[in-house]
Amino acid sequence: MSTSNGMTSIARKFFMALSGFFLIIFLLQHCTINMMSVFSSEMFNSVSHFMGTNPLVQFALQPVLAFGVFFHLGMGIYLEIQNNSARSIKYAMNKPSENASWMSRNMIITGIMVMLFLGLHFYDFWLPELNIKFIQGDMTGLNDTGNFRYYEELQHKFHDPIRTGLYVLAFVFLSLHLMHGFQSAFQSVGFRSNRWSPVIQKLGNLYAIAVPLGFIVIAVYHYINA
Amino acid sequence: MDLTLKIWRQKNKDAKGALKSYDIKGVSPDSSFLEMMDLLNNNLIEKGENPVAFDHDCREGICGSCSMYINGEAHGPDRLVTTCQLHMRKFKDGETIHIEPWRAKAFPVIKDLVVDRSAFDRVMNAGGFVSVNTSGNTQDANATPIAKDAADKAFDAATCIGCGACVATCKNASAMLFVSAKVSQLALLPQGQVEAQRRAIHMVEQMDHEGFGNCSNTGACEVECPKGISLENIARMNREFLSATITSES
Ligand code: HEM
Ligand code: SF4
Ligand code: FES
Repeated sequence: MSTSNGMTSIARKFFMALSGFFLIIFLLQHCTINMMSVFSSEMFNSVSHFMGTNPLVQFALQPVLAFGVFFHLGMGIYLEIQNNSARSIKYAMNKPSENASWMSRNMIITGIMVMLFLGLHFYDFWLPELNIKFIQGDMTGLNDTGNFRYYEELQHKFHDPIRTGLYVLAFVFLSLHLMHGFQSAFQSVGFRSNRWSPVIQKLGNLYAIAVPLGFIVIAVYHYINA
Repeated sequence: MDLTLKIWRQKNKDAKGALKSYDIKGVSPDSSFLEMMDLLNNNLIEKGENPVAFDHDCREGICGSCSMYINGEAHGPDRLVTTCQLHMRKFKDGETIHIEPWRAKAFPVIKDLVVDRSAFDRVMNAGGFVSVNTSGNTQDANATPIAKDAADKAFDAATCIGCGACVATCKNASAMLFVSAKVSQLALLPQGQVEAQRRAIHMVEQMDHEGFGNCSNTGACEVECPKGISLENIARMNREFLSATITSES
């Protein structure tokens, strides 16, 4: 089992945690920038233009992000398959909720929900971006009227109540994923202390509520305002 | 107390098993779970049926052999106890009790409720020891000073009885709690330092090789462990293993 992909179980979880940490940092940044759209369309437009055209962001950070997402996803599925096969005959009577939280036992479910959302999200924003910038070769970030297009595109997407609803639902799953994931990642890299682990637990709950809630507020705000 | 028992019966390791229902009457609420099983087996023998095979030895919570998955939990509904320490007063008169063997690919069923836990022995053989000089010139144990908190933590880790409840409980059948207790009890002491890196690497490799699952940090093992072995040990083993992988010479 250990060498099927050349990694031990602990190494696999170490990299799972590293990719998780990376995604946590990325999402904080993403949420902060999106939040600007609620306060000032100009600020949102200019930061979006910077992020969308800066070569460092586009050609260094973005590939790392893409790799991080696919690695986390692939490894998550791999771990799930392996874990399932470690118990081929299941219990006739089992009470898993007696000793572990729903979140910790269903990371694959909440994770796959986030993955399905990512599909929609890429279709909504990422593919059009790639199309405009790299296929049509338009790096100006301007629309027909000569203004930045980002804010307008954002508003346009959240016109649709179903899409807004799907976004909100996905963030609920993300929140559940992080309720367990945030502190679990520290354990996976071996960090645990009587002094800091309770702080990490609280910080994790704060992050798992604040960041998804932030995204929900943004989506609902633009739905109402559109 | 009168009870209905649904017990996993399986002739041998290759046979296909099934849950079988038994009625049992007149169980004392003060008896232990294993005494209740003895009563059942007496009844079965009197009727000329095959008694239920289950592992047991010390009957005082120190050998770890009494593996039973009772009503959906390892060692039953009570906390910090083995099956032999579980009292029948934890159940209600007229209750139906499910009794199953530990379920893990690495712990194949041998007969009824008895499973083969030799995978744990092989993990121990891979490095769960300290090599000592047995030539007769053994050093006095007190010659090596050990900090009180390190000694306490090593002792706590050493209370693991190798019962396998952690594996049985874990949704991934992961053995991380057991292996981490065994790595920790030595890693915390100066005597264990010499072989620390090798130990962590070899024991983890053997653990994976036996087909235990990965750790999802659900913490179920810690809750069900009869000795209250802490998840702190798993974090320590992660540290030991990861740093050994980076720095090991071998
Ligand atoms: C793309 C969809 C995703 C899938 C399929 C997925 C799947 C998983 C799975 C199965 C685990 C548990 C692994 C285990 O303990 O055995 C996990 C852990 C984790 N995930 Fe995700 N996830 C996804 C997205 C995300 C996102 C967007 C974030 C962060 C914002 C994230 C952060 C984490 C963290 C921090 C952990 C804990 C790592 C650990 O236990 O060491 N995941 N993920
Ligand atoms: S860690 Fe606890 S549950 Fe696991 S084998 Fe040791 S005593 Fe049993
Ligand atoms: S019989 Fe020894 S611990 Fe239960």
